[in-house]
Amino acid sequence: MHAVRGIDLDIEPGEIVAFLGPNGAGKTTTIDMVLGLSQPTAGEVTILGEAPRTAIAHGLVAAVMQTAGLLKDISVRETLQLTGSLFTHTASVDSVMKRAGITEIADRKVQKCSGGQQQRLRFAMALLSDPEVLVLDEPTTGMDVEGRRDFWAAIRQDAGKGRTIVFATHYLEEADAYADRIILVRQGEIVADGTASEIKAMSAGRTVRATLPGATTESLQSAVPSADSIEIRGETVLIHSNDTDAVARYLLTETTAHDLEIEARGIEDAFIALTSSHTEAQTEESAR
Amino acid sequence: MTTSASTASTASATTSVPAAGVVDRSLRKVPPMGGLNRTLAWIELKRVLRNRRTMIFSLVVPAAFYFLFGVGQTYTNDNAGRGNVGAFIMISMALYGAMISTTGGGAMVATERAQGWSRQLRLTPLSPIAYVTIKVAVAMVLGLLSILVVYICGLFTHAKMDSPWLFVATAAIAWAGSLVFAAFGLFMGYLLPSENVMQILGPGLALLAFGGGLFIPLTDGSAFEIFARFTPMYGISKLAHAPLTGDTVQWWWVANVVVWLAIFVGGAAWRLRGDTDRV
Repeated sequence: MHAVRGIDLDIEPGEIVAFLGPNGAGKTTTIDMVLGLSQPTAGEVTILGEAPRTAIAHGLVAAVMQTAGLLKDISVRETLQLTGSLFTHTASVDSVMKRAGITEIADRKVQKCSGGQQQRLRFAMALLSDPEVLVLDEPTTGMDVEGRRDFWAAIRQDAGKGRTIVFATHYLEEADAYADRIILVRQGEIVADGTASEIKAMSAGRTVRATLPGATTESLQSAVPSADSIEIRGETVLIHSNDTDAVARYLLTETTAHDLEIEARGIEDAFIALTSSHTEAQTEESAR
Repeated sequence: MTTSASTASTASATTSVPAAGVVDRSLRKVPPMGGLNRTLAWIELKRVLRNRRTMIFSLVVPAAFYFLFGVGQTYTNDNAGRGNVGAFIMISMALYGAMISTTGGGAMVATERAQGWSRQLRLTPLSPIAYVTIKVAVAMVLGLLSILVVYICGLFTHAKMDSPWLFVATAAIAWAGSLVFAAFGLFMGYLLPSENVMQILGPGLALLAFGGGLFIPLTDGSAFEIFARFTPMYGISKLAHAPLTGDTVQWWWVANVVVWLAIFVGGAAWRLRGDTDRV
């Protein structure tokens, strides 16, 4: 099994990109490779035209990682001083603390900080090198609602300044609310790539369900061109479309269809539809 | 797929952008010496000095042992060559303290790996070699403090040596030799993925101290002494005591130090390589 197999991505400067997928979709694996924390078995990774290690050494790429730890026995300020000392070009410790909203806990020991505060500290650390690209891996995992809101407020404020931000998440609302572009991944492959509204369009629309003996996909396809997908289960047809009124009108006036129902399909459903597979859903977990 | 926002900032990548935006890459140099710097060293040193447990085991315990075994005993003022037995025990306890300190300093990498800090550091320009260098340097500073504390206790009590230079020479040898244990700590730190690596190593270090004759003098030619010749504290202990005892330096003392240093450095390098491949 491969956790990731062939993800080709070009991300434009200044974009805020969500890397959205269920747990085990290969998000962390991809990010690890982008940051040079692990090597692809085949192929190569470049970021800003450089090898990941080089880009990091130049301070062009920074990350807030789910898996990266902090030293518990030093203060927030010391953590930032230490991190800042490793780069040649840095923003001031005070300025990044302000931007991450942790100025008032500057002298607190890291072990006394809440999960959300530690995460904002990681964000401040990532800002120190003033990177062109900021990678956030599941940045709000384990935060409460307030912590999550504060965190995104800080990120959003920062993103206004032209930094490219790529974040992995399995929270649909986060991707929807904060990304210019959403990349949906499943089992290490991209299943959808578009703006939030485009992804929504993919998942918008409703499903018409009706009983229609003897229906074929071909005949329905030509009769209702607005159908996005047509599924036939025995005598039941399921037609997904953005114009379900037209589909229903056709079915009720031109065919013998009966027991017709129209059901809304939420963004959640679309997400599940796009990110789960019929054949490999079970084996996928073992890939990680 | 490009949004209008991204197109706008593509253009700005080559033009000017305020502060936090796209950067001037000519300013982005890789730091010299793999990221080694004074701030890093100072914070790392502060971490060690603030750790109460480290302070007790590295500074208080060896000094206490010196007072316990080396001061006011019937043998304290017996002749030990160019000084008295009190001085001999002072050197032994300084070695013991240096061993605990340097091993503990090196073994800090285990805690930092367990906490995920080394992964965090991989997101910075700090090179693995620079990281290890800092760990060893801090371990050696702690080792030196440990030796100094015991020696100061010795100077103010009954440790006597014929010349002040003997104090300097024995301390210097003990300190230089404790590099073996800094490497040992590093190796163990990479080998044992534990937050409490010193609790595992503690009893082992005590045994090595016996092998160096730090607690009970080794009787030359005895079975235990011959066995002890192959343990890592033996060579350092013999060499550090030699200026006091006046014993002729034997080749196997030096060989002991060189071989163990090579084993521990090699082991640490081997594990370090495996670590940076994976992380």
